[in-house]
Amino acid sequence: MRKLSIGLVFSLVAVMAFTFAAVDAGAADTVKLGFNIPLTGDNPDVGASSKNAAEMYLKKHPTVDVGGKSYALKFVFDDNEYKAESAVKVSTKLITEEGVLGIIGPQSSSQAVPAGEVANNYATPMISPWSTNPNTTLDRPYVFRGCFLDPFQGPVAADFATDELGAKKAAVLYDIAADYPKGLAEFFKEAFEGIHGPGSVVAFESFTTGDKDFSAQMTNIMMSGADVLFTPQYYSEVPLIVRAAKEMGWTKPILGSDSWGGGDLMGLCGDDCKGYYFSTHYAAAGAKGDTKAFIDEYTAAYGKTPDDVAALTWDSLGLMVQAIKDTGKLSGDIKADRTKVKDALASIKNYPGITGAMTFTADGDPKKCAVVVKINDEGKFEFFKSVCPK
Amino acid sequence: MTVNFFLQNLINALQWGSFYALIALGYSMVYSILMLFNFAHGDIFMVGAYIGLGVSIGLLSLFGTGAAAVLPGWVLLVMTLLISMFLTAFVGIIVERVGYRPLREAPRASAAITGLMIGIILETSNILFLGGSRLKFPQLIESTTYNIGGVFVTNKKIMIVLVSIGLMLALHQFISRTRWGMAMRAMAYDYVVVPLVGVPMNTIAAMTFAIGSALAAAAGILFGLAYPVLDPYMGVSFGWKAFVAAILGGRGSIMGACIAGFMLGFIEIMTVPAIQIVNRLFSLNIGSNLRDLIAYSIVLLILIFRPHGLFGQAYSAKLRL
Repeated sequence: MRKLSIGLVFSLVAVMAFTFAAVDAGAADTVKLGFNIPLTGDNPDVGASSKNAAEMYLKKHPTVDVGGKSYALKFVFDDNEYKAESAVKVSTKLITEEGVLGIIGPQSSSQAVPAGEVANNYATPMISPWSTNPNTTLDRPYVFRGCFLDPFQGPVAADFATDELGAKKAAVLYDIAADYPKGLAEFFKEAFEGIHGPGSVVAFESFTTGDKDFSAQMTNIMMSGADVLFTPQYYSEVPLIVRAAKEMGWTKPILGSDSWGGGDLMGLCGDDCKGYYFSTHYAAAGAKGDTKAFIDEYTAAYGKTPDDVAALTWDSLGLMVQAIKDTGKLSGDIKADRTKVKDALASIKNYPGITGAMTFTADGDPKKCAVVVKINDEGKFEFFKSVCPK
Repeated sequence: MTVNFFLQNLINALQWGSFYALIALGYSMVYSILMLFNFAHGDIFMVGAYIGLGVSIGLLSLFGTGAAAVLPGWVLLVMTLLISMFLTAFVGIIVERVGYRPLREAPRASAAITGLMIGIILETSNILFLGGSRLKFPQLIESTTYNIGGVFVTNKKIMIVLVSIGLMLALHQFISRTRWGMAMRAMAYDYVVVPLVGVPMNTIAAMTFAIGSALAAAAGILFGLAYPVLDPYMGVSFGWKAFVAAILGGRGSIMGACIAGFMLGFIEIMTVPAIQIVNRLFSLNIGSNLRDLIAYSIVLLILIFRPHGLFGQAYSAKLRL
């Protein structure tokens, strides 16, 4: 019996080894890219948008030409369940078992930061389309991103409040228990006080995740005499904050960040949110050129307007494929090829993405413009102004 | 300015406290009858809000919205309240029948944790059936903001506070004037002997759960009108805080639960302006996120000096309704 089971284990191992060998052998004329995205868990919409954009890309560009040779593109979608530990596992699996040339994702910083560590350790190029936290790419030559960073978005909002809304005093309301709002609130405060002097952020009010009542904070904000309210919160909290503001008689502008664009903001907020602004990666309403073509194609295929996750995934994928082309020749040695792709990514100049032109800095972050959108009377996110890094 | 500031916060606190008071009543009533806390009560509040969501969407589709409306919004609101309270009462009865009655003779600890388990079952079944994404509560009545000398009040806030107080008074009348109410009071006095003289224990227990759940449903709907984003876990921390109010009021005391509910809302809301005043006076930089830390430290202090709550009695089986 024991001998039998040992034999069974050996034959299983042999079969597995054979399968992997077969996979590697078959991989000669394909380029395999992995997707580390949340298909289940707390934020399945993000994973669905990523997958939709990727499948649309694959339909449009099934092959990639590298140095005169045509390779078939192959995508591996793996679910990180919107959890940091699963994202680490998925990246490890994609690199060591699937043998992918590069990874797209994870999308959110909470997964992209730990998964970036894995990609960098295994020397595999990774692009996170949506992660705005500086730590994702910091000191990781193999990790890139497709979007701008929070330290850039904060000043964008501060400049916009000053130039377009004529604000001299600002109020901030943010969740101190979540990394993204907290970081952005602080970047905004620094930038705004840099323009108007210390103390010009007259109310810097916080709450903790899960709070529903903001009436006390809004009362403080009302009494502070601020000209604008900046609240870098998620779509589930924005409706409650906007409601609390209106109930306290707040009639001045409210400004948000790219987190407003993710999820079903208008479904939850309705008329309350109309007329307010937020900074984001791209604006679907009023888009032109390639961006419009992408939006039309996506809408036709999936019956909904692509969100910024879909657009950024599209661009990140485009960047990765461009880098693979730029290598000039793939050797077939996956480790050497990964490093070549990384070098090619780092040297891309002015890649014409649908969310703007991109050039990577030494840290692997793109220099690109942010867009400020206004929520119009129809509840659409309408292009208002483009703000580029100075 | 300062008077306005105080009045504005007072109005906010009244609305916030009404929810605590309505939910705390359910904890207190069940405790006075069965000597145990129904820890699923916070989740019954959540179920009530979702039932209210379903009922109001149904009513809106039946009677139209906007220009095509057949009935005015406030009629729909009253109908939503009544129908949802009725339906949620049945949820309460089922919870009692399934979770509590079989365990009535079981050790106290077993009966105490059933509530926790039922709570988890209610939350996860919500995710199972509705997918877990957040839902918007339909706004049955138009929100109007009144500016009364610099203090901002909405029609909804006034309505929420009045409806809550109305329900509390109705409950008080029911308990002190009707025969059923008398049976409940008798049961609260002694739940071992009173059934011996012919008061039906099971009926009274079910009725208590039904009334408590109906009040939680009312709280859920009013909550949905004030904070229109519903999520499956909305009842968890809220339920715990209302439980604090029930204890603070004195276990089993109806009046205590109401007053403590409003008091808790007042302490929570008033902590934020208090933090700001302290910051100004001593040029400190304390964030308003410390609200709960400070508010519940105050509650702890009150309990240290009044361990039986505001209206509780020491060492007595006699619990007042």
